[in-house]
Amino acid sequence: MNGYLSIRNLTVRLKGGGTILRDVSLNVAAGQVHGLMGESGAGKSMIGKAVLGTLPRALDITSGQIWLDGVDLQTLPPAERRNRIGALAALIPQDPLTALNPSRRIGPQITRRLVDILGWKRQDAAKRALELLNEVHIPDAPRVMRSYPHELSGGMRQRILIASAFAAEPKLIIADEPTTALDVTVQKQILHLISEMQARHDTALLFVTHDLGVMSKVCDTLSVLYAGKVVEEANMPRFFMRPIHPYSAALLAATPTYTDPTSSLTPVPQTVVDQVEREVMEHDLRTAS
Amino acid sequence: MRDLRGDVKRTLGLRLWLSGGWLTILALAALCAPLLAPKDPLMQDLFLGRMPPFWMDGAEPGYLLGTDSLGRDVLSRILYGARLALIVALVAGTLTCFVGATLGLIAGYYRGWPDRIISRFVDIWMAFPPVLFAILLIAVMGTGLLSIIIAIVIIDWTRFARVIRAEAMTQGAMDYVASAQVSGQTRFSTMLTEILPNVLPTIVVLLTLEMGIAVIVEAILSFVNLSISTDSPTWGGMISEGRTSVHQAWWVLVFPLITLFLTVLSFSQLGEGLKDRFDPVLR
Ligand SMILES: Nc1ncnc2c1ncn2[C@@H]1O[C@H](COP(=O)(O)OP(=O)(O)O)[C@@H](O)[C@H]1O
Ligand SMILES: [Mg+2]
Repeated sequence: MNGYLSIRNLTVRLKGGGTILRDVSLNVAAGQVHGLMGESGAGKSMIGKAVLGTLPRALDITSGQIWLDGVDLQTLPPAERRNRIGALAALIPQDPLTALNPSRRIGPQITRRLVDILGWKRQDAAKRALELLNEVHIPDAPRVMRSYPHELSGGMRQRILIASAFAAEPKLIIADEPTTALDVTVQKQILHLISEMQARHDTALLFVTHDLGVMSKVCDTLSVLYAGKVVEEANMPRFFMRPIHPYSAALLAATPTYTDPTSSLTPVPQTVVDQVEREVMEHDLRTAS
Repeated sequence: MRDLRGDVKRTLGLRLWLSGGWLTILALAALCAPLLAPKDPLMQDLFLGRMPPFWMDGAEPGYLLGTDSLGRDVLSRILYGARLALIVALVAGTLTCFVGATLGLIAGYYRGWPDRIISRFVDIWMAFPPVLFAILLIAVMGTGLLSIIIAIVIIDWTRFARVIRAEAMTQGAMDYVASAQVSGQTRFSTMLTEILPNVLPTIVVLLTLEMGIAVIVEAILSFVNLSISTDSPTWGGMISEGRTSVHQAWWVLVFPLITLFLTVLSFSQLGEGLKDRFDPVLR
């Protein structure tokens, strides 16, 4: 399998020791939606950050490759890598509050890539920003462009970040739990908007979530991550009918949408947790020797 | 419902106006001291020693705030003293701010070895008691305006470095900084265009605070006779002289003290007011 984004045997370690990602491989095909599923702390965000080149400084890629549009990013010099990523990929972040610079107006923040990387003129970029704001269904776009982030609601800010992500027509979007920080009432709208934009612009989408219900609605394929290790990679129908790994099966059972909603939640059984923990340990022992 | 923001704005406005007003008066006094001062600040007249201010019995006409034990006019000396105080405040404050904020920004944003080096220096610096450090520096460099300014910069840059480092670290961890980098910006330009504007309100507050502190440090150094030559009037020098005769002539001590107090207070209030002006959330 060879996707638009292809991560191969990626290992990320803390500089002090400690492994964050263990031999992670995953593929996102052009124009497809790939789900990345895993509990909090599993390393989902770090995969996204590794691809975008924004890993925290305490972390290092110690082995593996990240192929984007047929080029191994690790082989590029830093400036060229930054530009390539900036032109081809974009992020829809988890927290729309910290993702916008509080001391800048919205307009230039939407189109900064167009100006910075693609060398657009400011007037053209402003026109494009208006189009994008209309596309993400923001009313009164000219006023919004002149606002500061704090003047807008969380849902509005997330719409703006979606517009900003699609501004330079990237071929890959990484959405890192894009609805987690939002009110339940707007989550659905935002989800719907992301699907709509992804389909219209025909981008590949790496969709990070810990909500299987959401994933079942938007994704074509998925990877399940546990403690920085991919325990299962599957396409959606197969995953729901026949999960291979017991951890996946337990996740499915633990999701209220797929059980009787009146029944109480089933936690992932301890035996299953023990089994994945053992697999992770065995993996670490194998790679250590 | 009442708009609380309006209320906040009004009180902020008042604070800004009062402190700004006082500092403007002071700046004018410093600039126009030769025109405004009723007497020569250095002129002694031993027959007119310890004359009280104008509203008290026995006041000498023309000496509004009284005279000191050598018969020098207190008001004129305060006006001339504003010159040194403001020069030190502006020059030393700005230089300290520039040095400290730059190092703090680099340490907090770049982390790694620049941070280790800068933070180590800050730790070492913090171990020195500042006033003793200042006196030591002046003793080594000799008295004079330049020495005072250099001493203040050397002593106080850590105040900026520490605070700005922490702020830059907080801002640097935010997603908008990462997205600036994904947009192809270099680290250095990200620091200037993304981090700096967001720590600017803090820098402004610290800067005005530092100007107030510079005035105090200068006063302390004058007080222990380590400022500029003793015959140019300084507030600290006046306070020091007034202290010895406070029971016979309180005004020699109290008027420069009030001026000093109002000036330091105004600087800090100006900072707070400006910060809120700068803050996009309250703007
Ligand atoms: N700045 C950092 N320095 C060191 N470790 C980190 C840092 N950020 C996250 N981690 C660690 O990386 C692991 C994966 O985090 P993350 O990818 O954010 O999880 P999630 O799957 O919830 O997105 C966590 O165990 C976390 O402790
Ligand atoms: Mg995360």
